[in-house]
Amino acid sequence: MPLLELKNLSIGYVDCRPHKVVHESINLLLGRGELTCLLGTNGAGKSTLLKTLGGFQQPLGGEIFLEGKELHLYARKELAQKLGVVLTDRVATGNLTVYELVSFGRYIYTGFFGQLSKEDHRMVKEALACVGIETFAHRNLLELSDGERQKVMIAKSIAQETPLIILDEPTAFLDLSSRVEIMLLLRKLASEQGKTVLLSTHDLDLALQLADKIWLMAKNREIASGIPEDLALSGHFNSFFDKESLSFDIQNGTFKISNQSFKSVSISAKEPVRIWLEKALIRNGYEISNSQTSIHIEANHIGFIITANKISTHVKTLEEVLNQLKSNGL
Amino acid sequence: MTYSNFLIQIQRFRFRGIVLIALTVILFLANLAFGSVSIPLEKILSVLVGNSIDQSSWQHIILESRLPQAVTAVLTGAALAICGLLLQTLFQNPLADPSILGISAGANLGVAAVVFFSGGTLVHLSGLGISGHLAIVGSAFIGAIAVLNVILYMARRLHSNLMLLIVGIMVSYLVSSLITFINFYSSAENAFLFMLWGMGDFSGVTASQLPTYAILIFIGLGAAILQVKPLNALLMGERYAINLGVRIKQTRLILLIIAGLLTAVTTAFCGPISFIGLAVPHIARLILGTGNHKKLLPFSLLLGGAVALLCNLLTNLPGHAGIAPLNAITPILGAPVVLYVLLARKRIIN
Repeated sequence: MPLLELKNLSIGYVDCRPHKVVHESINLLLGRGELTCLLGTNGAGKSTLLKTLGGFQQPLGGEIFLEGKELHLYARKELAQKLGVVLTDRVATGNLTVYELVSFGRYIYTGFFGQLSKEDHRMVKEALACVGIETFAHRNLLELSDGERQKVMIAKSIAQETPLIILDEPTAFLDLSSRVEIMLLLRKLASEQGKTVLLSTHDLDLALQLADKIWLMAKNREIASGIPEDLALSGHFNSFFDKESLSFDIQNGTFKISNQSFKSVSISAKEPVRIWLEKALIRNGYEISNSQTSIHIEANHIGFIITANKISTHVKTLEEVLNQLKSNGL
Repeated sequence: MTYSNFLIQIQRFRFRGIVLIALTVILFLANLAFGSVSIPLEKILSVLVGNSIDQSSWQHIILESRLPQAVTAVLTGAALAICGLLLQTLFQNPLADPSILGISAGANLGVAAVVFFSGGTLVHLSGLGISGHLAIVGSAFIGAIAVLNVILYMARRLHSNLMLLIVGIMVSYLVSSLITFINFYSSAENAFLFMLWGMGDFSGVTASQLPTYAILIFIGLGAAILQVKPLNALLMGERYAINLGVRIKQTRLILLIIAGLLTAVTTAFCGPISFIGLAVPHIARLILGTGNHKKLLPFSLLLGGAVALLCNLLTNLPGHAGIAPLNAITPILGAPVVLYVLLARKRIIN
């Protein structure tokens, strides 16, 4: 039995009349212990889907089954033991310590006044250790960076002891290293602790490398789901992100910013010079060609030789290569 | 390390709590001692333990006037502070206080209506005759409860706390406008009477009314203490609280009813007292350095009492020319604190 199953689900805004449907006929599964990344353009309805799955808003139609039972049949307290969330809402007013906030994850397990038992303390410490923040357990939340705060919220969800964790753009607003760190942490939660993790993200490359499953979401079309490799080979990535400026390179599995090319350049160079030379040229609007072209660049041990119109020029750095090409109007 | 840290925190909290209690006792005694006549401490203590003293006028002043007033101050201060704390947490807004939802404006309206409709025959009211006083208290209560009902009705319909806050502010404006109309058509002396009531006064509760007043306040405070856990969850924001298992609609309703009851009761008896509800929770956060309601709520409760006693003391102090209006004193203490907190929010860190 899958942990979460969506059957013919329609989502949208219930507050306005008539209801505004954002997405309909969603049929998806979430397997146990899997890390699933929800990718999609802005406005595709990622947040609405996660809010609906998190129980914050009603679906417009269809069914959501969590461990075989319909989501809306769960009592609040029961649901709190099944799914934990990390939201984009900033927790700023608290003036709390990290330890206090993570201990709030034990809400349903603690006594009437929220007093923590030994077991609760143990779980809080375990959660702190799991995300690697036990050293600043007694720091104030207000002192933390965005990345650290995000880890605290993840620790809160771990302390909540739910099989499913849903995260709405946990890596937004973070710098690159924090993004990688958070993604690796979530990967670890899924593989080592058997948690089912569903997150929305814009980090395509990280999602491709770390996700077990990917849900691709775009307006007015069925959500595509599968393991990243299948989606890549089937050409889904390109069709979902079919904007002229971004294209999926099926050869090396990365997204490329596609500039319009106007000049072809052939190059002969060894790795790693070759890859960086290519990058620099592509970035400046040149196309790399394997056949004979009017411009040829050769890399040797002292620098680069640019041959154009049968005239050769020697330069030392890539910057000089680009300058040379520009100054010759190539 | 974690555990010892935990113990140190508890010790600090206990120390601060004990200091605050001692301070409250001192302020309480000072309230009994100072006024138009100064009474020596040993006489006060002797009256308090039930002995009679030679100066029967002193005994009368203490038992019939100053003691009820001091007790009222403690109860009212505590109630207003808890009101402010609940509303600040519920609305996640540092500026929320009992006046912001229009509840105290509702009480004002009730009083203004009584003053107006009793017309010129209200002379006995200004003398605080029993019936007049009951009319004021009753109408203030009805006004406050009426506005509270409007707010509760909106609370059931509106999902967003921010919207609810805005509704509260608008209701407050509307009610104020009605009050202005009433005052405009009132006689000069009735308008003056209303203005006097609006200045706030802890002496409004007589010794015979005090038990009723105390019971009502205790009900509110007791109910507030029971809400510590959901209040803490609300610190993370409404949606996190929902996810943790808080039944948000129910919790919101309970908190609004508690805040409404406390505001209605205190405003009805003592007039609309400004700034204590707004400032005390901020002072408590500054002193404790935490937003955790397990510590913050009991501390705010005590601190509210102490601050109210201090304010009441200050109304008596300037010369012996009479009593300064309470609402002239509270902003002097409250406004700088609120300004400081808002301007230096990041520095609330321990």
